Amino acid sequence: MEPTHKPGHFHGGLRLNYHKELSNQNAIVAGKAQSRYVVPVQQHIGAPGEIIVETGQCVLKGQMLTRPTKLISAPVHAPVSGRVVDIGKQAVPHPSGMPADCIVIENDFQEQWVERNPVGDRYNQMNSHELRNIVRDAGIVGLGGAVFPSAIKQTETNIHTLIINGVECEPYITCDDRLMRERAREILSGADIIAHIIKARECIIAIEDNKPEAIAAIQAAADEDGTGFFRVQSIPTIYPSGSEKQLITLLTGKEVPINGLPADIDVLCQNVGTAYAIHKAVHEDEPLISRIVTFTGKGIKQTQNLEVLIGTSIADCAAQCGGYSDDASCLIMGGPMMGYTLSSDQLPVVKACNCLLVTTSDEIHPANTEAHLPCIRCGRCVDVCPAKLLPQQIYWYASTHNFERATEYHLFDCIECGCCTYVCPSQIPLVQYYRSAKSEIWTLEAERKKSNHARERHEARERRLQQQKREREENLRKKREMLNKKKGGPAESEIDQKKTAIEAALARVKQKKESLSVAPKNVDHLSADQQRQIKEADQRRRANGKESDE
Amino acid sequence: MLFRKAHSPFINANTRVHSIMYQVLAALIPGTLASIYFFGWGILFNLIIATGVCLLSEAAVLKLRARPVKPTLKDGSTLITACLLALALPPLVPWWLTVIASIFAIVVAKQLYGGLGFNLFNPAMVGYVVVMVSFPREMTYWTAPLGAMDQWLSFSDVFNIIFHSAVPGQASIDSITMATPMDAIKTQVALEHDISSTRQSPVYGPLFGVIAGKGWEWINLLFLAGGLWLIKMKTIDWRIPVSFLLTLLLISNFFAVSDYATYPSALFHLLSGGTMLCAFFIATDPISASTTPRGRWIYGAGIGVLTYTIRTWGGYPDGIAFAVVFMNITVPLLDYYTRPKTYGDLEVD
Ligand code: SF4
Ligand code: SF4
Repeated sequence: MEPTHKPGHFHGGLRLNYHKELSNQNAIVAGKAQSRYVVPVQQHIGAPGEIIVETGQCVLKGQMLTRPTKLISAPVHAPVSGRVVDIGKQAVPHPSGMPADCIVIENDFQEQWVERNPVGDRYNQMNSHELRNIVRDAGIVGLGGAVFPSAIKQTETNIHTLIINGVECEPYITCDDRLMRERAREILSGADIIAHIIKARECIIAIEDNKPEAIAAIQAAADEDGTGFFRVQSIPTIYPSGSEKQLITLLTGKEVPINGLPADIDVLCQNVGTAYAIHKAVHEDEPLISRIVTFTGKGIKQTQNLEVLIGTSIADCAAQCGGYSDDASCLIMGGPMMGYTLSSDQLPVVKACNCLLVTTSDEIHPANTEAHLPCIRCGRCVDVCPAKLLPQQIYWYASTHNFERATEYHLFDCIECGCCTYVCPSQIPLVQYYRSAKSEIWTLEAERKKSNHARERHEARERRLQQQKREREENLRKKREMLNKKKGGPAESEIDQKKTAIEAALARVKQKKESLSVAPKNVDHLSADQQRQIKEADQRRRANGKESDE
Repeated sequence: MLFRKAHSPFINANTRVHSIMYQVLAALIPGTLASIYFFGWGILFNLIIATGVCLLSEAAVLKLRARPVKPTLKDGSTLITACLLALALPPLVPWWLTVIASIFAIVVAKQLYGGLGFNLFNPAMVGYVVVMVSFPREMTYWTAPLGAMDQWLSFSDVFNIIFHSAVPGQASIDSITMATPMDAIKTQVALEHDISSTRQSPVYGPLFGVIAGKGWEWINLLFLAGGLWLIKMKTIDWRIPVSFLLTLLLISNFFAVSDYATYPSALFHLLSGGTMLCAFFIATDPISASTTPRGRWIYGAGIGVLTYTIRTWGGYPDGIAFAVVFMNITVPLLDYYTRPKTYGDLEVD
């Protein structure tokens, strides 16, 4: 089917209060050097890399600390030169609140880099494979918050359109805005490298129209480039236009198919921060060891856009921002629509950390989990759902644990954007219901797979036994027939033939029935993104469970 | 430093259930005032009785179910049910009829199904249908509107009629009541008097205004105004009223054009009886209506078709309550078969 939407539009969405002015005047400032850095091993979607350093070992700035062993994985690097003082579980920023493997490095303040051999402009002569390896070894992941390994995303080549996502649609966050204003040329340079890898024929840089300065800066850089390859596209400010699928629909009028990838409709989407990181990897041979983090909200004394090294403690960054105000109440990683709260600031900044929002209690109004009214079926959630779902129906089935129906209503196509919860007059924490339903279904699925496996083994054994039985009977029959023939009686084989035909037919029917009854629809071919969501939801649920146990 | 835990999204819009309900109530005011103006004290009595009984029975059931009473009463939904019911009832119905209808609406149609959000049927319309079927005679106790009558029946007269079934001057109740214009046309057409002669007859003529019934036109126009305001405020969904009114308009126009002597005009239908009240306040009750966009189109259209059918060929003066209750039954099915296409679902239907 051809475009289901005309360009310039996606279904639903919200107009929000953006509060960008709190931090969008703050130029990027380098984070202060600290004495200790805690680098989590897994900061991306996929398998963690294998740790290749030891406690006590001296490392140089930019040195690889882990090596990816699986396909979907990314390495992490030393943010400073110094010594590895600890390898083990540490608290990390994650919805689950569970500690994870980290490498702790003590800064020697020598700023000694590993040997660097930037490719520079020679990337033009390199092939996609070589360039992808550079991206991979630099540990670059999607910096819009999804942290999916970029090299994997760039596997398909001959993609027509490269979209550079500078939308930044969540309220408060301004790190991409500042990056675009201050480092436009580098972003386009990174975009050009990605375009070269995937052999794109056009490149659109999409920016929401509430960031005119960023649009102007990128436009100026595109004009300077002069090739006409880059097209700057200002898009309407509607949350969640920065969500990959919605942005693609907005720009191309096409929808990314369910269970499909943007590549299926000839598009690749990468964040401006990612493009910038790729520029640094290729032109300076600098792996991803820093990122820009917006520190904002009324709960922080001095809002900032800090360029901090990965592994810096959030508390140290907050100190650089003058500390918290007296009425600070929540610390949110990410934006107010999709972020999650951290209970402590003794956590390292990670690659996914685009914003740390410190709010006062009058600044935010999370949906009231305890006492919400019943759904009045008003349909406001339907009108705003960018995934074009029926949130109220999914809620109905999720809350009554009718997971099959919930899945049938496309629970797994929910992007957890929060639009439905935002508008719900009954204040139902819908997204929370979806997250926990997803994780419960996921657990059930895993169990089903396990028991399926056991059943298959059992069935195989049964089949083998039956086969043996049949063979025995066959031998017996043959013997009898031979005897009969000798006696001159009628052959049994004709009757038997009919019998087996009927049996075979019955067996076929049975088999068909079984195969139909096994799997609930929709959960088998989940995209990596969905699997990640499920995993996260799972951990969140476990964490929640812990909370309520206490 | 330690921080509070919460779940995203951390911000939300300011719409609340009670604010929606109170907006709906506010939008009812102009049409309600017009009803009182044209039909007198009886409407006011209905409103007071229905409100009192609805609130009391709601509170009683909640107590029995051991549910918190105050928040539910405060959400405004009970008041809406009471008002819709009172506005649909004739002005001179005996008090016990209003009481029965109110109790049915709240106890059976709403609370027995589980309360707000769980009721399959529109409570007010269930109450109306129950008394319509059980007490058809009392349900014809309409009066002529002000304008066809010189003045209102006095407060004490109305009080005595409603509470003591005592008609002033020992007359029979029939000497006071009057058919609604829609009813008049229907019975007269059945007697083979065409519409224009009904409109000119000395008995029924005074009941008619410019387009539809005297008074009724204004009442309907004011409910229309309230409804448009609700749509503008995005308080109610626009699809149901549009599809209901459009369907009613098209069908009634089709028949009127084919035989203007027997079938009243489309405008007459739009401005008669409970049309506008239904379009913007009854059919749009989100809980008992379809919740999908396409389902809402069908739902509204269904009510339009049924309303016209019952009005024209059925045994009841107005078909709205029956049409709404009937379409309520179809909602689960409608919702199921009109699911919107999910993002990225590229299959062709
Ligand atoms: S917005 Fe809330 S109350 Fe309205 S239909 Fe959706 S879930 Fe129900
Ligand atoms: S959270 Fe899910 S259901 Fe709710 S609006 Fe977003 S995509 Fe739709």
